[in-house]
Amino acid sequence: MSNPTKPLLTTRYGIAESWKIANAERAGAYRVAKRALTSIEPAKLKGEVKKANIRGRGGAGFPAGVKWGFLNPGPDDQVYLVINADESEPGTFKDRSLMDLDPHRLIEGAIISCYAIGSHVAYIYVRGELAFSVARLEEAIADARHAGYLGARPFGIDHEIEIYVHTGAGAYICGEETALLNSLEGRRGEPRLKPPFPAVKGVFGMPTIVNNVETIAVVPDVIEMGGDAWSALSRLPADGGVRLYGVSGHVRNPGLFEAPVGITMRELIYDYAGGMLGSRPLKAVIPGGSSTPVLDPRRLVDAPEEDQPLHAWHGKSEIDVPMGVDTYRALGTMLGTCCAIVMDDTVNMVEACRNLMRFYKHESCGQCTPCREGTGWLVDVLDNLCAGRGKLEDVDLLVDISNNMMGNTICAFADGTAMPLLGFVQKFRDEFIDAARNGLPVDVRHDDSVRRKVEKVA
Amino acid sequence: MAFALTPEREREVDELLTRYPERRASLLPLLWLCQRQNGWISPEVVDYVSQRLDLSTATVRGVVTFYTMFFDEPVGENVVWVCRTLSCDLRGGKAIQDHLENKLGCTAGHTSSDGKFTLLKAECLAACGQAPMVQINDRYYENLDVELLDQIIDAHVTKGAEEAAREFSTHATFGAPTKAPISTAPPPPSPEAVRLASQPPPAPDPVGDES
Repeated sequence: MSNPTKPLLTTRYGIAESWKIANAERAGAYRVAKRALTSIEPAKLKGEVKKANIRGRGGAGFPAGVKWGFLNPGPDDQVYLVINADESEPGTFKDRSLMDLDPHRLIEGAIISCYAIGSHVAYIYVRGELAFSVARLEEAIADARHAGYLGARPFGIDHEIEIYVHTGAGAYICGEETALLNSLEGRRGEPRLKPPFPAVKGVFGMPTIVNNVETIAVVPDVIEMGGDAWSALSRLPADGGVRLYGVSGHVRNPGLFEAPVGITMRELIYDYAGGMLGSRPLKAVIPGGSSTPVLDPRRLVDAPEEDQPLHAWHGKSEIDVPMGVDTYRALGTMLGTCCAIVMDDTVNMVEACRNLMRFYKHESCGQCTPCREGTGWLVDVLDNLCAGRGKLEDVDLLVDISNNMMGNTICAFADGTAMPLLGFVQKFRDEFIDAARNGLPVDVRHDDSVRRKVEKVA
Repeated sequence: MAFALTPEREREVDELLTRYPERRASLLPLLWLCQRQNGWISPEVVDYVSQRLDLSTATVRGVVTFYTMFFDEPVGENVVWVCRTLSCDLRGGKAIQDHLENKLGCTAGHTSSDGKFTLLKAECLAACGQAPMVQINDRYYENLDVELLDQIIDAHVTKGAEEAAREFSTHATFGAPTKAPISTAPPPPSPEAVRLASQPPPAPDPVGDES
């Protein structure tokens, strides 16, 4: 547990024109890649990444080092690195900053990672909306190639590395790794059945590692500091390092922050994001993208037994548990992408839930019936509740539909829809029942102060 | 009339094909090139793309219709996507949509009568910290209020999309924590924070349970 006095991931964000290669290099870019490729064995690099305990930054929190360890390519296999920049989880806006403000960090991480896993080609799959980020990346890649860091002999060694940007075209599901691979192959973004997992049979039928942008972006720091030292920056065990935290919604100072793994949601909201907008009470917070069940600050951790993972926080508010992959799983939610959506007391939870369920209905790829139909049914029921056409049974109907979606589909999308819905209904049941009885109050949740600010009315 | 890419773009396609071991993988980038030139994916574009990549037109159509950003009907000169997912909605996304509908004279999903703007609702565009926001063509405009939005829309009309983007479009930003620096040990929550967070307490007040 040490104190990172200087930022790591965001260290070059503040530099003027930080995306230009000369400025980035003056601030240290590519030094680690050069050292890694010219003087460190790939196996040693992989070992450091494993020791660093990087929990995948895309939402699932799978240890990156372990994922890399699944690779076992045959002699004729071409290994691919695919970097997932299809950032679309509602509430999440961290990867875009890495591409916009420090693309050379991502490229450096990709070079080291390619070398470590024996890959010659990396594809960065960027969501289609981020045309600006794509342009930044393309320019940065061209500059890196020109400088001799990419191409046939990066840093003069005999290990060809090429990085290509592949642009999506608007589909949340393409953030699911096998849907992303299908999209990369020029198909509809429909997730594949697993196994085989991508590390065995991924893009173009070859062993493939799919990692999130932030996961790859931390690799230079991991190699520079050593895996153990980097891991120890975290406040939690087995969940290493620092990460980007985002806060949106009803806070004074929404935005992105870099902090060690394991700060609490309370710190994030009140110390980093400046506290609640207009000092209103915090009603609920979605911790890491819309698929993670909502937290209710009124609820207290119930872990009276010493062997329970959250025993140390027994009796404290849910938002006082450190934000880690394992601690949040024990709390019945997920850390996800670590980008929180904060809601004050003006928000009606039924309406918030309906907003998110509409998102899922729009984004379901339609491949599996429980998900395609279930997401639509959830929206229909919620529409009825909100319009005052609901019945008391509808609340349990929502739960019933969700339970029939979970675990019954090819990918985790249905679970990612059902879990937050169940969280909303379980934690704010009284509001759902109230909506079933009376519908929603007319001007619910569009907080007047926000509307006045947007509409510039005094 | 048959669709053809400009010679310059044809060279781009040739380069694209070298990036992937399979021809089909160039489908999305090729569709993007065509849409940039043609404005939308017309049946002629589908024919061209299917011939260029040796795919059936059904395969190409299947891909085009799957992705939100490929237009299978003509759109206005500028396409405005207004984000309506939760983070933007909490900060006034609905007000932004209402204002746009009034200003452009068309509801979301439609094109203004002068053909200048198509207004579409978008799902989360990954700019939640700078909400509310819209995407116009391929650029983001963030931290909006109606005054700024008016300026942006007017600039698209008077100065054109490129100039408007230069003046008003935004890229990712980074905030400074309100209270720096990061401390080593998890600090105890401030009593004020606990009080704010525990509005109306149905269960025992967390303040009393702090060790």
